[in-house]
Amino acid sequence: MKTLIRIFRRERAIVDAVTENLAISVRGLRKAYGRTVAVDGLDLAIPRGEVFALLGPNGAGKTTTVEILEGFRRADGGEVRVLGTDPRNATPAWRSRVGIVLQSTGEFEELTVAEVVHHFARYYAGADDPDKVIDRVGLTEKRDARAEKLSGGQKRRLDVALGIIGRPELLFLDEPTTGFDPEARREFWGLIRDLAAAGTTILLTTHYLDEAEALADRVGVIARGRMVALATPAELGDRRNAMATVSWQGPNGPESERTNAPTAVVAALAERFGGEVPGLTVTRPTLEDVYLAMIDKNAISKEEAA
Amino acid sequence: MSTVVDQPVARAARRRPGALSLGLSRGALELKQFARTRPYLIFTLLFPVLIVLIFGAAFHGDAGGGVSWTQYFVTGMIASGLLATGFQNLAIQIPIERSRGVLKRLVGTPMPRSAYFIGKIVMVLVVSAISTAILLAMAVAFYGLALPDTATKWFTFAWVSLLGVTACTLLGIAYSSLARTGRAAPSMTTPVALVLQFISGVFFVYTGLPGWMQQIAAFFPLKWIAQGLRSVFLPEEFAAREVAHSWELGRVALVLAAWCVAGLILCLLTFRWTDKD
Repeated sequence: MKTLIRIFRRERAIVDAVTENLAISVRGLRKAYGRTVAVDGLDLAIPRGEVFALLGPNGAGKTTTVEILEGFRRADGGEVRVLGTDPRNATPAWRSRVGIVLQSTGEFEELTVAEVVHHFARYYAGADDPDKVIDRVGLTEKRDARAEKLSGGQKRRLDVALGIIGRPELLFLDEPTTGFDPEARREFWGLIRDLAAAGTTILLTTHYLDEAEALADRVGVIARGRMVALATPAELGDRRNAMATVSWQGPNGPESERTNAPTAVVAALAERFGGEVPGLTVTRPTLEDVYLAMIDKNAISKEEAA
Repeated sequence: MSTVVDQPVARAARRRPGALSLGLSRGALELKQFARTRPYLIFTLLFPVLIVLIFGAAFHGDAGGGVSWTQYFVTGMIASGLLATGFQNLAIQIPIERSRGVLKRLVGTPMPRSAYFIGKIVMVLVVSAISTAILLAMAVAFYGLALPDTATKWFTFAWVSLLGVTACTLLGIAYSSLARTGRAAPSMTTPVALVLQFISGVFFVYTGLPGWMQQIAAFFPLKWIAQGLRSVFLPEEFAAREVAHSWELGRVALVLAAWCVAGLILCLLTFRWTDKD
């Protein structure tokens, strides 16, 4: 019996050593609601300090996965480690290392920004200075305004303030910039970059591909409960080597050509036009194009399977 | 960027306040929200007053034994106030908070879960104390109700109210798990409270109700809170007009304590922090 325990401990120690540098480690994650399988054998490893964007259409298993990682739902199977702990055994000590920005709740209507942030700071032993955090999310001017008077974007920034008040090592952001105007989004991205630069690991879900591209070190695409692609934004779907599209203004209207050798095409065009090619552009598929193609492909293979 | 692996931010040695301290500050926050929500404030505090005014205007004369109708009803309205702030308030508010994700947000922090309940209890205690004080002041000023003249009566008043509001609070929290969504909560809660008021001797004199109705009411806490309060505010002779020809204070304590225990067990077994799993 003692030997068994010793072996078990040694195994455990090896596993821990491997996962030590991982903020999130998921193997073979499964979750079903009745007969609907939401997550179907998902694997994921996110090293500490990484900004990871999780993409996927609604109903792909994104929210379920994130909620299991956050300790809000229990997995049916697989192994999950978040900061070295299985989130189903979340303790207050673990909670204080994890920041969560859920989709907006708008619950604080009658309370002011300062009241709410100062109150939440009391929940954490290592809380940041509330006024500093209010400033950081750009709500200093609104600190004495009631939450119900804030705009959608400002409410969201209050949510973020509550997510980072405990100075988390790992931050979950669920569609953080929905409802932001372009300027507010840029400002918000700056905030996320600052947090990342300070070493915070960030798991972000978003529907905005430009957001994933601007912020994430890596992106993962979930479809039908599985991770179907995992790469840096530049390399997703072999984007770097994808066929380029050369477009120009021909004598009879716009023309374009898909090619693996855009330089040669442009050179040929230059010769044909004898100099400047009117309306010349050379494009590779955007992250959004790659993503949509990926989702589409998965939808088709699903129909085939059915 | 991904190569930057900073050590976890050094944590200050400062300890997080305990559950009680956080519960009290949650209570303060809840009261602030309550006080700033004017419709809520008016409905909770002034509705019982309005009912007493209507009764006072509508019924003249005697409930028997030298007790005016209004005096009889005021004790019932105080009991109803406890039911409203403890049971109705929480059974409606908690499902709304659950639906909106308020509870989920709290569970996602290191806040001890008990702090949430302590906050609710603080709010209920303060609001029900205010509501009781308003009703009493009005009844003394306009309807000739006499405040208790002995320490024993004040003591009875204190324990009946506390035990009653505790039972109502725990049952309100337990009942909050029945509503599947926040929108369903009011329509599931208000009729229950209304029916209890009708059969427990709040709107009618209890002994004037049919026997079977009394039997049903005797199962629930409201009847016993009202009876305990009558023992405090009505003359001693009026005890003879109760069903058992006495105030049955022992039984009041027993039934209310039993509901507290049952409520607590139900809370522990059924409370949900999110709408679904």
